[in-house]
This record gives sequence, C-alpha cells and structure tokens, in this order.
Amino acid sequence: MDALILLAEAGTDPARAWTWTLVGLTFALYLFIGWRSRVRDSAGFYVAGQGVPAIANGAATAADWMSAASFIGMAGLISFMGSDGSVYLMGWTGGYVLLALLLAPYLRKFGHYTVPDFIGARYYSETARIVAAVCAIFVSITYVAGQMKGVGIVFSRFLEVELMYGVIIGMVIVGFFAVVGGMKGITWTQVVQYFILILAFIIPSVALSSMLTENPVPQVGFIFSDIGDKLNNVLVELGEKEYTQPFRNFSQLNVFCITAALMFGTAGLPHVIVRFYTVKDVRAARYSAVWAIIFIAILYTTAPALGMFARYNLIKRLHESQITQVWIEASDQTFVYPEGKAEADSTIANLRSTADANDSAMPKIVYTLTSSEGDQLDWALQWQKTGLLKLYDTDQNGSISLMNTAGEGEPPKSEAIIDRDMIVLSTPEIAQLPPWVIALVAAGGLAAALSTAAGLLLVISSSLAHDLYIRYCWPDATEAERLRVGRIAILAGVLVAGYFGVNPPGFVGEVVAFAFGLAAASFFPAIFLGIFSKRTNRIGATSGMIVGLIFTLVYIFLCTTDKLVPLIDEPWLAKENYLLAGWFGKEGISPQGIGTVGMVLNFIVTLSISSVTSPPPQEVIDLVEDVRLPSGAGKAAEH
Amino acid sequence: MSETNPPGPFKPPTSKSEQKRSSTRSSTYWAANLKVVGILLTIWFLVAFVGSIFSIEWLNQFRFGTIGFGFWLAQQGSIFVFVLLVLIYALWMDRIDRQYDVGE
Repeated sequence: MDALILLAEAGTDPARAWTWTLVGLTFALYLFIGWRSRVRDSAGFYVAGQGVPAIANGAATAADWMSAASFIGMAGLISFMGSDGSVYLMGWTGGYVLLALLLAPYLRKFGHYTVPDFIGARYYSETARIVAAVCAIFVSITYVAGQMKGVGIVFSRFLEVELMYGVIIGMVIVGFFAVVGGMKGITWTQVVQYFILILAFIIPSVALSSMLTENPVPQVGFIFSDIGDKLNNVLVELGEKEYTQPFRNFSQLNVFCITAALMFGTAGLPHVIVRFYTVKDVRAARYSAVWAIIFIAILYTTAPALGMFARYNLIKRLHESQITQVWIEASDQTFVYPEGKAEADSTIANLRSTADANDSAMPKIVYTLTSSEGDQLDWALQWQKTGLLKLYDTDQNGSISLMNTAGEGEPPKSEAIIDRDMIVLSTPEIAQLPPWVIALVAAGGLAAALSTAAGLLLVISSSLAHDLYIRYCWPDATEAERLRVGRIAILAGVLVAGYFGVNPPGFVGEVVAFAFGLAAASFFPAIFLGIFSKRTNRIGATSGMIVGLIFTLVYIFLCTTDKLVPLIDEPWLAKENYLLAGWFGKEGISPQGIGTVGMVLNFIVTLSISSVTSPPPQEVIDLVEDVRLPSGAGKAAEH
Repeated sequence: MSETNPPGPFKPPTSKSEQKRSSTRSSTYWAANLKVVGILLTIWFLVAFVGSIFSIEWLNQFRFGTIGFGFWLAQQGSIFVFVLLVLIYALWMDRIDRQYDVGE
C-alpha cells in the first residue's frame, strides 16, 4: 500500500483575521502613497525628479534590493544549505560593494534616466543601446517572476487565496502605484515597505533567538549559543551532514562561481542602479549607498541566524510527532491513535480500494498531529494545504520521522518534505508567537515582493517606452504622450510578470539566481569598462554583451531544458557534463554560477576587440572624463 | 525639460589654459580615486573569496564564540566588512573631493 499522505482540513486559522487586517492596511497605505506622489512629467516618472534625500533613497534601495527571495527564500535556503548558504549572503551584499565603489557615483554623475541611456551615449551606438535595453527587459522579467510567485505563496498560505488570485491581487496593487506614481510613487512606497519588511523579519528572529539562546540579538545568539553544535549533532543523528560543514551542497568551484555571479550580477542589476539616479548629486549617491548597505545588512546578518535557529526548531518540533487522531470523512468515523490504528488502517484501505475501483476521488482523511512534547501542531496541517510541507507516514507507525532514508550522495529524504520557502513564513507559528506576528510576517513578505517588483516594472517600462519605443518609433511625442507610453509599458510588464508568477520556471531563489547570472554576463563589464577604460569602444562592448548574454542564456537553457520545454524530461546538458566537470573535483559549473564565465568571456571579447579596432571619438572620451569628476552632477540633471 | 537630444552632458572648459589646468587636476584626482577603490576592493577580495571560500575549511579550525571562524566569516563577518568598506569609501572620497576641489 502507498504511504499515507496526510491531508489536513484545519479549522479557522486564528491569524487570518489579523493577516487580512494588516495586509489590507499596508496595501491601502501603498495605494495612498502612490496617489499622493502621482507624477506629471517623465523626470518624475523615471527618476523621481532627482530630489530624493540620501537616507530615504538608502531605505528605498534596500527595499528594492531585498526581494521576495531575500525575505521569503534566503533564510530558508541557508537553513537547508548550511554553510554553503553563504553564496547568497555574500553574493548579494558583496556585489553591493562593487556597485557602490565602481558604478553608482559615476552613473549618477552621468545623470540620465536609464542604464541603456548610459550604454547608448558611452558607446555612441544605437545598437548598443538596443542590446542594453533588451538585456534590461530580459533580466528584469526573469527577476520579477520570482517576486510574483512570492506574492502568490503569501496569499495562498495566509489568506487561503489561490496562488493565481494572489498573484493577480499583487499585480493590481503594484500596477496601481507604479502606473500612477512612477519612480516617485515607487520610491516613497519602498521607504515604507522597507520598514514593514525589516520589522517583520526582525521580530520573529528576535523572539526565536530569545527562546532558543536566551540572547535576544540573533547576531549574538548565532555566535555564542550552543545551537550550532546542537544542530550539527541532531543532523548527524538524523543521518545528514553537519550544518556548518562547507561544500556539502556545492563544490568549492561552484561556491566561488555562484558567489561571483551573484556579486557582479547585483552590481549590474538595472533596477538597483536606477535608484542612484534619483538623488541630488554624486556625494548623495555615495551616502545613499552607505545607508542602503546598512539597511540591507540588518536583514542579511539576521538571516543566517534565523536560518540556523529555524532549522533546529523545526526539527525539534516536527521530528517524532505523533498522529493522535484520525477522522475519515466518507464514513464520519474518528479513531484515536495509537489504540485505533489497526481499525483505522483497515477502514482507509477499504475505502481506498473502492475508490480505486470506482475511479473516484480518494477518501478525505483528517489527522491531528501532536509534537513529541505533547502539543498540537496545527501549523503543520495548515502548511500542508499550500503544498510546501508534505508529510508521509511511510513506515505506517503513526509517527513522523525526519530520519534521512536516502542513500549516500542522494539528496536527503525523510517522512517530511519541507519546502525551503516555508521556513521564514512559518517561523512565528512554529515558535508559537502571537497571531499578529504571523500577520506581520505575511505583510512583510508582500512588502518585500511588491517593492522589488515595482522597481523592476519601472525598468521594464523605461526600457520599453523610453529606450525603445519613444526613441525609435515616436521621437516627436509630447511630454504627456511619453508619460502615457511609460504607463502602458508598466501595465504590459505587470501582465508578463503575472504570467510568470503563476507559471514560474523553478523555485524563487533559483529564478533570481539566473537573473543575476544574466546581469553579470551582460551589463557589468559594459558599464564598468565604460567608466574605467577610455579605450573600450562601440564594437568591443556590443560584441562582449552579446557573447556574454547568449553564452549564459544557452547554458542555462541546456541545463534546464526539462523545466522550460514541455514533454522533455531530461535536461540536454546532464550534470556530469557541466563545464569544467572533472577539473577541480567531480562537479562542473552549475547554471547558477555560469554567469561568472559569461562575464569573463564578455571582458575578454570586449577588451580584445576594442584593442584592435579604432578608439572611441573625442566627445566620448570627454564624456568619460566628465563622468569621473563628481562636480556638476546637478546641472547634468537639467538637460 | 526635454529628452529628445541624445545625452551629452559634457561642457568643455572655455579657455586653453583652464582646459590644461583642469585636465591635470582631473587626472591626479582620478589616480587618487583609483587608489582608494583599489585598496578597498583588495580587502573585499581577501575577505569574500580568499577568507570565506578558498580557506574556509582551514579557518574553521579556529573557534569564534561557539562556531567555526570560517563559517562565521562567510555567513556574517564578511557582511560587516562590506558595510565598513562602503562607509570608508564615502568618507575617504569626501576628503579627496575637498582636496582636489571637485565636489559640488
């Protein structure tokens, strides 16, 4: 007989009323801010009129930056990856250093609306501008899909709304404040969203830290408590590897490649770069980078602590939890475990065989789960409904064991299949925090997803409308017409994002990791060399971007063919044939890390082609010299 | 407010002598800037790649609190260093901007 899939039909969730209220209030606030800061010209629409104070821009950048993946996905990923989770922690923050030191001040000095504007002017080429705009659209769409899926997860778990409708609600909200308020609306909503998401992340982490380590500061509890050792021991007992042991998920080569791809990709992400156009001058760009990384670090140094604590807590609560009661809907019978187990089993088996014979639906069976400490685990039943938690009583002993039953070298497998996206969102429930904290976490997850989605939609809109459509198809459009085209483009972006939110190519973290690889392989070298090398010319940069982007795209496509193309079950490039497989250890470069190789190719192609072709014209060299000096940024804005 | 013209914000200095003076000043300013960026990014590379990836296993033999130092550096310590790097950059560049009188 098959393993029992424990399905739950839980009663009303006490946190739901709180969640509706908080989510409703925050959404109303976003809409209000969007309406208050509605804009009437393109400068307001694309760069918020360039008058945003450094600290506000810092908070907005942090919210823009920290996506659904940072909030919902990252701590969960770390939780399951242990030491190797550092690729995300360092990748996303380390890339920020590159952005702050190598790109942001100079791009602010340049002072125009979009990254393609810079590429187009620096490489005196319409082709380069178009390539950059297409890259921006591509990277942003990949990234925004992850945000929309995050919105869907929050809605489906906390508000019992189907994933698709959740995505649609998210689309309407984000569409409204982005269309009406443009960059100005987005900026001020992001400032508010930062504070909501950071509170929502910190409060449960502090509570969990106090509960497990008796130290309320997670960063301190992380270092000075015994949780690390305890977790290592528990995992070894369960037949898994130690939490703090490096390179158990990725080889050293892949840790390096993925970290680098995330770093250089972060630095090249157009929606984050564009935030630096909104401040007054170069100095304000530098200080808004300082504020942003401080705001980001608050979450990013908490995440590894939360990941470790949550993993330990989850195992402790779920492992050896007992099924204490079973209710069978078809016959309306209730059995108490373990006494009534034999009887319940035979009734279920009976019902199943008749269900099979009549080809009708399986009988609905409701379980009550009790932890090894004797309290009821209603959250576990709630989470099963989202599909993020699956419990199987494989050995039919009425107890859920987290013991790893997978063979050597296989991914761990036990009676509980836990999706990593559930870790952060479920922490307050598992730690038995009050319902308003659960609601706050839901609102925080939505704030993180919506703030990033809004920033991305603006980039998609500005690339489609400002860089492509207006420039090439309608150059004599009036100010009002430009604004209208920008708004229509945002709407188009929302629809595409929604589609990918409902049909996402992989889990949240993975989707985002690909977007970073693509940005690293296309944008970073072009912008960096555009500022730091006067010799880099049009043909070099354009070919570099094309080679980097196509190489990375094709590699990702070959490795994920099974997920992208229907009817294909195996990826066209198998794991054992990954690039450099067998060179530094067994494992080759995974698709998440391939952006690093794409970037190196981009640099090689750009530099070598530039060196054998004619140097850029004098006015471009003058432009580069001008961009290198901070003075005069204010004037450039009033072009 | 118009955006039809392709971006070209550079306005060349007016007189010949001004142009020459301004160009030496800007090239020494740029050299100073490159030095700052070079130093800070060297630290960035040492902490992120050398410390947290290439030698994490070796660093893990040292304990920091109750966890391995390499593990801590990779998951938390590096981020604190990154914050400091960005802060030092802003402060240092302020000084250099004043020194060369190129700020706003």
